[in-house]
Amino acid sequence: MATSFKEALSTNKFIITSEVAPPKGTNLEKMLHHIDLLKDKVDGINVTDHQSSVMRFPSIGGCLSIKERGGEPILQMTCRDRNRLALQAELLLAYTRGIRNVLCLTGDAVPVGDHKEAKGVFDLDSTQLLKAVHLMESGKDLGGSNLEGSVEFCAGAIVTPEARPLDPQLIKFEKKVEAGAQFFQTQAIYDLDNFGKFMEYARKFHVKILAGIVLLSSARMAKYMTENVPGIFVPQNLIDELAAAPKGGALAKGIEIAGRMIAGLKKNAICDGVHIMAIGKEEVVPDILAAAGI
Amino acid sequence: MKSITRQKPFDEVKEHLSSFDRPFIVGCGTCTTMTRTGGLEQVVEMKDRLQGLNKRVSGWTVIPTACDEMAETAMKENRRALDDANCILAMTCALGVYRLGSYINHPVIPALDTLFIGVEDSPGHFHEVCMQCGQCILGETAGICPMTACHKGLVNGPCGGTNNGKCEVDKEKDCAWTLIYQRLKDQGRLELMRRYQPPRNFQAVPRPRIIKV
Repeated sequence: MATSFKEALSTNKFIITSEVAPPKGTNLEKMLHHIDLLKDKVDGINVTDHQSSVMRFPSIGGCLSIKERGGEPILQMTCRDRNRLALQAELLLAYTRGIRNVLCLTGDAVPVGDHKEAKGVFDLDSTQLLKAVHLMESGKDLGGSNLEGSVEFCAGAIVTPEARPLDPQLIKFEKKVEAGAQFFQTQAIYDLDNFGKFMEYARKFHVKILAGIVLLSSARMAKYMTENVPGIFVPQNLIDELAAAPKGGALAKGIEIAGRMIAGLKKNAICDGVHIMAIGKEEVVPDILAAAGI
Repeated sequence: MKSITRQKPFDEVKEHLSSFDRPFIVGCGTCTTMTRTGGLEQVVEMKDRLQGLNKRVSGWTVIPTACDEMAETAMKENRRALDDANCILAMTCALGVYRLGSYINHPVIPALDTLFIGVEDSPGHFHEVCMQCGQCILGETAGICPMTACHKGLVNGPCGGTNNGKCEVDKEKDCAWTLIYQRLKDQGRLELMRRYQPPRNFQAVPRPRIIKV
């Protein structure tokens, strides 16, 4: 990458980030392939942190691979699996290895994952983790001690613009801004009018907002997400559009829809960029970008 | 304060009693009677089931309150049957198990799992409202404890898993932060929710927790 993610955020460029998921096991082939596919096409690559509470190769491991291959990693860090000692230690490690971006998340609940009897840690929450990052930048740790060498990160967080009810979520968003979040990647959005309203509100804050674009791969998947995933609502006209796709053509239609949304967001300067989540279909992210005319 | 318990699966009780053929069964007249896990009826039922396994139940009793000194009195009153027993099967909460163990040298085997300290909302419906963290923030959260009522124990507002006022881990469970938000809003005190809550002190009273009053 010619410029860092932080530098890209400081320009008026329409930012593109995407993400890769580490494997469950030691075979990194697929993840490395996805990294190679994306590293020169996006401004940053998130690496998920035991996404959906499913045990996997660690986020920091994936970030190191991105660094090695010349990409710009965004370290996703949840508070579910580590207490404040472990979180801070990992930030120290990340910094020393050239990782400069961290996405601070609370993390999914343990029972939704594949180690249902594990202890959920949640010693800190996302807001407190953001504060901790900035405290460490000032050369201190959460115990009040001085660090021998501090850190410097571009810290971000997430927001769910379609959460119901929305107001409590917006209070949390503002707390994250106050805690020092510099950028936000949103939960998946599909209704651009709703998202536009959220952006009218979010524009009051000096943070960069990257709209979450989750690839719809079939009408069934779109319906499932609407019914089961908190804060995701796919409008019926998009579900109908996917359903009307010719046999075997739903994925192509999903790519077209994602591309169309990205192009619309960019053209109308609704937000500062997008975060593309292909969820298992990272292979087609370049096609989504092409469909968006990027 | 009510100690909420659940009966262990009978196979687990059976396994714990595998090397004891002469149990003495103890129930409690307070919390486990109310939760129907260790009252008179359940104690008699347990006696019958154990006898069905050819255990020689040396006796049984339901102590009015198994977690206080009444446990000692009951042990004295039942000395003969206890002398004949080689273990106590406690259908009390863990506080009763502890008490019984401090008055008699027999092994005390719990027949129940102690779940939480809770209140009864309506007959038969028990609800955990406090986890005894040692640093109460109910004054800032409209009387609803986020450490207890939020699955993740979050103190700075809802996570992204909140869904139409319900929790991502259980669609039947209310999202604690939606409840807190609504109540603070009704009270005109939403500014409390905007206030940053620093990391909690999980060592407010180091475990094991002991205090002298």
